[in-house]
Amino acid sequence: MPRALFEKVWQDHVVVEEPDRPSVVYIDLHLVHEVTSPQAFAGLRSRGLRVRRPDLTVATMDHSTPTLPKALQVLDTQSKAQLAELEHNTTEFGIRLYALGDEKQGIVHVIGPELGLSQPGMTIVCGDSHTSTHGALGALAFGIGTSEVEHVLASQCLLQTKPRTMEVRVDGRLSPGVTAKDIILALIGRIGIAGGTGHVIEYAGSAIRALGMEGRMTVCNMSIEAGARAGMIAPDDTTFEYLKGREFSPQGADWDEALARWRKLPTDQGALYDHTVELDADRLEPMITYGTNPGMAIPISECVPSPTDFADGAQREAFHKAMVYMALEPGKPLLGHKVDVVFFGSCTNSRISDLRLAASVLNGRKVAPGVRALVVPGSQQVKRQAESEGLDRIFKAAGAEWREAGCSMCIAMNGDELSPGQYAVSTSNRNFEGRQGKGGRTFLASPLTAAASAVTGCITDVRRLELGPL
Amino acid sequence: MVPKFTSLVSRVIPLLVDNIDTDQIIPARFLKVIDKQGLGEHLFADWRYGSDGLPLSGFPLNQAENQGAEVLLAGHNFGCGSSREHAPWALMGWGFRALISTGFADIFRNNCLKNGLLPVQVDRGISARLLADLERDPMAKVAVDLESTTLRLPDGSKVGFPIDSFSRHCLLEGLDQLGYILSFQDRIEAYEGRARCPLPV
Repeated sequence: MPRALFEKVWQDHVVVEEPDRPSVVYIDLHLVHEVTSPQAFAGLRSRGLRVRRPDLTVATMDHSTPTLPKALQVLDTQSKAQLAELEHNTTEFGIRLYALGDEKQGIVHVIGPELGLSQPGMTIVCGDSHTSTHGALGALAFGIGTSEVEHVLASQCLLQTKPRTMEVRVDGRLSPGVTAKDIILALIGRIGIAGGTGHVIEYAGSAIRALGMEGRMTVCNMSIEAGARAGMIAPDDTTFEYLKGREFSPQGADWDEALARWRKLPTDQGALYDHTVELDADRLEPMITYGTNPGMAIPISECVPSPTDFADGAQREAFHKAMVYMALEPGKPLLGHKVDVVFFGSCTNSRISDLRLAASVLNGRKVAPGVRALVVPGSQQVKRQAESEGLDRIFKAAGAEWREAGCSMCIAMNGDELSPGQYAVSTSNRNFEGRQGKGGRTFLASPLTAAASAVTGCITDVRRLELGPL
Repeated sequence: MVPKFTSLVSRVIPLLVDNIDTDQIIPARFLKVIDKQGLGEHLFADWRYGSDGLPLSGFPLNQAENQGAEVLLAGHNFGCGSSREHAPWALMGWGFRALISTGFADIFRNNCLKNGLLPVQVDRGISARLLADLERDPMAKVAVDLESTTLRLPDGSKVGFPIDSFSRHCLLEGLDQLGYILSFQDRIEAYEGRARCPLPV
């Protein structure tokens, strides 16, 4: 029987399958960060358990870490205690840690692929919903809660009810100015933020194949914003080229063996999905959100919807609430709307290709007066790579702040945050109320749109940047 | 350990907004803790307190008559977004034991079930009827019975709700799911023996 990518990875990892019980599923890689792990380690200790496979567990510090230059870093008492707790836990249980100051430290979903830890066909979990990112390599990767973090630490396994599958086919070719971020925002806008609930999405089609690895990560990253458990993309030569030679990628004969195994992962001809959704890449435009969840997204040249666009009462109510929070007028264009802050970063868009896109727009231009632009690379390695290419000089010459690696203003736990009422164009993944700071208002968009908006000081279509502010 | 859930009779606090994400349930600035204590006071912090830090009288959790209620009636897709288990910890810290919604986000639902917080999924008609009942009589009570997987509405009518038999069993007995996984120690070892070499970490 023909099998889909998800089915193959799932079947490979089922340890126990019994009727009327969730399956016991083996986890190949467990990523850990400071915010969602302390209570799990405490649980282990209180039961007198050890970490079953410290060799399959890797930790980093990212959520509450400062991104100011090292000399200026100040940690509040709670963050300091949380980071110390991770240091203590990883030392006690023998887990590799990329701590603050380490040259390979970074956002957990940036360093996993970057170090070659995340590989095709693996099961990968982390106490973080954006673990779906690693599915870009053909892994089954999903976020879990802290109780489940404890389960995996203790047993290297998880109890899982088998999810359903959804194929998202994106055929055609993206126009200039349209990126991976626009694909995923368009999808969420289409199916809604609960559209993928209970499902694992497989992204397929010529426009997905044409994306580089980092673009694929951007797409898979936001699968959770459509409510999906995970997002996956079948591994191909793009994947293998990306992985070859990375620190934890297989080497020598192991590489050949792995490659042979990985080549069998793509979905078989004729495999069935529970649902299929199609997007036409030719017709996609740069996307931007106007509301308080990632499903409230429109093509940048369109107007914010009107209440009459929503047939459903609850949706109309949610729309109204979003308009009040965002202080926007229904039916009006977003283009030209004032922007206070532009944030380049997060596990969605902080990799070297994202920074190159941003720099391509900012090169020789200036961030508009009164606008604060923050560039936060996803990892220390991304930071050094960008510096070796001179991107940091482009950002600084434009008047943007060049920071250390971390989650930063995506989650606003580290002091990088919006002030109440401020508007930000952000390359991150969530525009929830207060997500980037209490009272802050977020427009989610691609690095290109963010850069164009930084230059003009208002929401700008990068394709029209040469024409000047609208 | 996980508290048992068998049944309860309680008043219901309605918060019928769709897509309430876990950032609203417990904002990220409260996630810097290394234990589970005290999160209840920050539940819905940005909706519950004004910029001066004082409780907003219009928010249901702040109303005197709602103190002690153990059931929340929420809008569709409750608990979407971040995987933070601090969300169910905060809800339970405030005193909630059951949540009624037309749909829960996947990770949030899992997290609730691991903590003895019961997600009760109903269809839109039932949710609307319950809201109407509560508008008529804010003191009206519902009964949630896990043994029979039924919700009794204020008018006495009963509706079933879905829950997988394993989670139901664990909640009824107060069983911890880790114990169940660890009972397969030998099968896990056998899997490790036959699976390919793991990462050279």
